[in-house]
Amino acid sequence: MTTQTASSLLARIRSGQPLLADGATGTFLMDRGLKPGDCPESFNLEHPGVLEEVARAYLEAGADIIGTNTFGGSPLRLEHYGLEARTEEINRRGVEAVKAVAGDRAFVMASCGPTGSILKPYGDTEPEVVLKAFRRQVSAQVAAGADAVCVETMTDLEEARLAVSAVRDVSASIPIFVTMTFDATRRGFYTIMGVTIPQAAAGLEAAGANVVGSNCGNGIEAMVAIAREFLAATRLPVMIQSNAGLPVATPTGVNYPETPEFMAQRVARLLDMGVAIVGGCCGTGPGHIRAFRDVIDRVARERATGGDRWRTRDRETR
Amino acid sequence: MELLKDLALALERGDDERVADLTRAAIDMAISPHTIVNDGLVAGMNVVGEQFRIHEIFLPDVLLAARAMNAGLDLVKPLLVGDAVPSLGTVVLGSVKGDMHDIGKNLVGIMLKGAGFDVVDLGNDVDPIAFVDVAVAKGARVIGLSALITTTMPVMKEVIDIVAERGLKDAIRVIVGGAPVSRAFAEQIGADDYGYDAANAVERVRALMASS
Repeated sequence: MTTQTASSLLARIRSGQPLLADGATGTFLMDRGLKPGDCPESFNLEHPGVLEEVARAYLEAGADIIGTNTFGGSPLRLEHYGLEARTEEINRRGVEAVKAVAGDRAFVMASCGPTGSILKPYGDTEPEVVLKAFRRQVSAQVAAGADAVCVETMTDLEEARLAVSAVRDVSASIPIFVTMTFDATRRGFYTIMGVTIPQAAAGLEAAGANVVGSNCGNGIEAMVAIAREFLAATRLPVMIQSNAGLPVATPTGVNYPETPEFMAQRVARLLDMGVAIVGGCCGTGPGHIRAFRDVIDRVARERATGGDRWRTRDRETR
Repeated sequence: MELLKDLALALERGDDERVADLTRAAIDMAISPHTIVNDGLVAGMNVVGEQFRIHEIFLPDVLLAARAMNAGLDLVKPLLVGDAVPSLGTVVLGSVKGDMHDIGKNLVGIMLKGAGFDVVDLGNDVDPIAFVDVAVAKGARVIGLSALITTTMPVMKEVIDIVAERGLKDAIRVIVGGAPVSRAFAEQIGADDYGYDAANAVERVRALMASS
């Protein structure tokens, strides 16, 4: 692989070859000693070696894109742990840890989760406060050399738009991925804030996102339906990072039911439909990502031999 | 009564100014504070809770309704204190350590207050020991725990374990709730009960108070 740059990442996505993102980080960190209730991003300061271990596991599993442990790296979230003053350091180190492992073998995708604040008029937070917080988080990520920013687990379209604006304020060229989290209702898919998939696709596209899609959720079966709606609603590349089903309680904590094999079968359907980037969310690990890699490689071989057939189907699907 | 129906409807629409106006009007008509709360405010909030549960409405509508509920409760509360009706009991409520989410928990708090319970809301990111210490200090018979993320769910068990370690299991009941929490999880960690939504949580707290 040649040098990874922002433009090469978008070129790779546009080439029509699906890309593989990584799986969960939080569940991994809990295995490495993160206590329930602790700040996951504190690992960036105290145990960067563990972050490298996570990144290496996903690189070896075959991920093309590896996320950073900066989901809760917004100063608005870090202040709850008294870590707000270390926002820059936490986000920089999160990117650096993945970069050290990925080198030029994988793209570094800086994670940017919700601020946890609710915007006016429903909550008390001014949009400007959220915008500034995103800018602060993302500028540290971009300065540290992230190849893309992934704004994820969004439920409020307005907050997602503010995040996209913040990324663009910081960098004119870095690819912006935005994934939102939807619930299945009897009237279709909605975020908890009431955003539909067509609204999300149109709103995020207008805001300037380069890739749109969905993450987390209620398991990969629902994600297949969600992906279908996104593909019908936008011409942007679509990214899907499903969790491994709803958590089930165990004596030591929680477990996720969907196996690598179960999810990989549905990943094949996602790729068939034309999804550009697949990866995992809560409950997925290197085993899942390895299984997804096998599916992507198989699809790539099929497309290489029967490219026209695939392209026709792709257009029809859209 | 027509006025209270209008009050409930104004609350459902999240119209806090109209809720305040109608609450004042009801007080002026000498309607009992408990009737205003139960047949007006809580009646409206029950509809909101149910519509939210079946995804007819979404969080923004609930947040506006909750704000409207508070606009009404703020006016009625001073009168409730002077009222002869005793509290149904005290509930200590909070989101567990590491969890910054408080929307669902706030909703439960509002509904419990509306139903006549005394609520001590410890906020979010609450240390496990604090739940038990405050419950003992306030003589609360129920602790309500909320968690919205899977990494904080196990903290609920820590609170339950502390209650057991201090030999308080008969005196203090623990009820859990939150989006990723299920009845199976509640049973697994030894919780006394589980509320699947805010309205259900109030029912379950009522049952826990009766059984303790």
